[in-house]
Amino acid sequence: MSNKVSETQSNINLPVGSIEKTTTTINFGPIHPATHGVMQNIMELDGEKVVSAEQTIGYIHRAFEKIAERRPLYQITPLTDRLNYCSAPINNMGWHLTCEKLLGIKTPKRVDYLRIIIMELARIADHLICNSIMGNDAGGTTGFLYVMQFREDIYEIWEEVCGSRLTTNIGRIGGFERDFNDIAFRKLDKFLIEYPKCLAEFETLFTRNRIFMDRTKGIGGISAERALNYGFTGPNLRAAGVDYDVRAVDPYCSYEEFEFDVPVGTTGDVYDRFLVRNEEMKQSMRIIRQALEKLGNLKGEEATKYHADTPEYYLPPKDKVYTKIEELIWHFKIVMGESEIPAGEVYNAVEGGNGELGFYLISDGGRTPYRLHFRRPCFIFYQAFEELVKGSMISDVVMTMASLNLIAGEMDA
Amino acid sequence: MALTNKTIQEKLQEKFGEQVYAFEEPYGLLTFVADKDINLKVLYFLHQDEELNFVFLTDLCGVHYPNNKGKELGVVYHLHNLEQNIRVRMKVFTDVEKPEVFTATGIFMAANWMERETFDFFGINFLGHPNMKRILNVEEMDYSPLRKEFPVEDQSRVDKDDEMFGRDVIRAF
Repeated sequence: MSNKVSETQSNINLPVGSIEKTTTTINFGPIHPATHGVMQNIMELDGEKVVSAEQTIGYIHRAFEKIAERRPLYQITPLTDRLNYCSAPINNMGWHLTCEKLLGIKTPKRVDYLRIIIMELARIADHLICNSIMGNDAGGTTGFLYVMQFREDIYEIWEEVCGSRLTTNIGRIGGFERDFNDIAFRKLDKFLIEYPKCLAEFETLFTRNRIFMDRTKGIGGISAERALNYGFTGPNLRAAGVDYDVRAVDPYCSYEEFEFDVPVGTTGDVYDRFLVRNEEMKQSMRIIRQALEKLGNLKGEEATKYHADTPEYYLPPKDKVYTKIEELIWHFKIVMGESEIPAGEVYNAVEGGNGELGFYLISDGGRTPYRLHFRRPCFIFYQAFEELVKGSMISDVVMTMASLNLIAGEMDA
Repeated sequence: MALTNKTIQEKLQEKFGEQVYAFEEPYGLLTFVADKDINLKVLYFLHQDEELNFVFLTDLCGVHYPNNKGKELGVVYHLHNLEQNIRVRMKVFTDVEKPEVFTATGIFMAANWMERETFDFFGINFLGHPNMKRILNVEEMDYSPLRKEFPVEDQSRVDKDDEMFGRDVIRAF
């Protein structure tokens, strides 16, 4: 953009044509503390106003879709960890559910409830990072430090369940690799008592904070219609006023038995996204409490079974592998990736931390997927970024970026 | 009236006749193939028709079938009717020699990056796209990595041939 300042308009006497360019181009990222991940934004600024923004992504592209074409199903789970690494268990569960849909495996009730607990914990971990980072970017580090302890608590629960913390590789096709131990449940109970208090405190710091509201209200807004056209899902779509939640409209994993509200916003701005995420954390805790209650009500064999009977895909216990021939054969077949997958194509979606996380799997009857495509919500709604920030200040760009919960791993696959 | 796969199929066949075909329902999701010349007309019809009302483009991706002569490359669209909660999957196929499909960005803004991704990985050129360039890979790249002729494994390895993966047919690679 360039315009010449005419002599009559200008206050300062500069020779005509000496001011050609009136905008500045700046590079935002790929390594920048406010991007929270490797992504680049090339912005053209008129003073402090954004004229245009172009995004460059792909800095941590790892070709998961290609790698998955040469891996048996169970080896693809660790790849899904690395999509949205703030809520890795949801990705793992989404992948297991996709495989189970393709293979026609029905999981026991206990598995469903345990999965729901894990997934809702992951949602809390995801949202609390996003919201506290939003506060951090607005200049309030306190809230960020307050909630970080509780992400640690969640990670400890996962550690008890599967042994790892960030990239969890949690669960197996058909259920869990082992049952939850008592420590996990004790830690979960402790979390459910302590976290609501912390969340209340966090909300008093931000929700009605004058500075925070001024920084977030009316910033980065989008209408419901535009958001749908741009393929928004998850909290960002719900903030714009569309009550689309995969858990509610397409229940998987026995979500239909649970009672929870789907919070929606009105304007789709940064503040609404913040409120929606806060409310979703509360709803997640409500779901976890119901799941614990339902687990307690299970009777007989249902109360202890933590995996489905699928010897072709579920690893047998080690003591049997060493003593029984059949288990030994299954063990070898699974580990060597020699289990045949039925031909077919399946699309399965779960409600991830950022929205609809879809897995589109085409199988031609081989032992690996013929084609696997991840529908990554982040990748799809980041393209609306220019529209969200056009005409706003550069400080609003930072807030908008934080509120979208952009995870580079998910964007780049 | 609740929308069913059957009514969608009837409406599409009534409107486009022989140009939409291969209707099937894997795992309950209506799937069909459309001629690549009319992909926009079908998408626009699905989007605009009051009863069909598929306002949401869930997913768009490519797929490569090297043995499908003349129709090697496919583009798969997943559409969602949010009110009735029903999904539909549409495929169009194009020749690998001249991989050209019309862009859906005029109907769905969401298609923009997904089409760039498909261009990036499969080399499918979306005609009329506002910014048709690579998105995840480096711009200097001169091949389409997700096509089947590019193997993942080092080809000097003999322990991981196609037979190991349960396929008798040795494909292009």
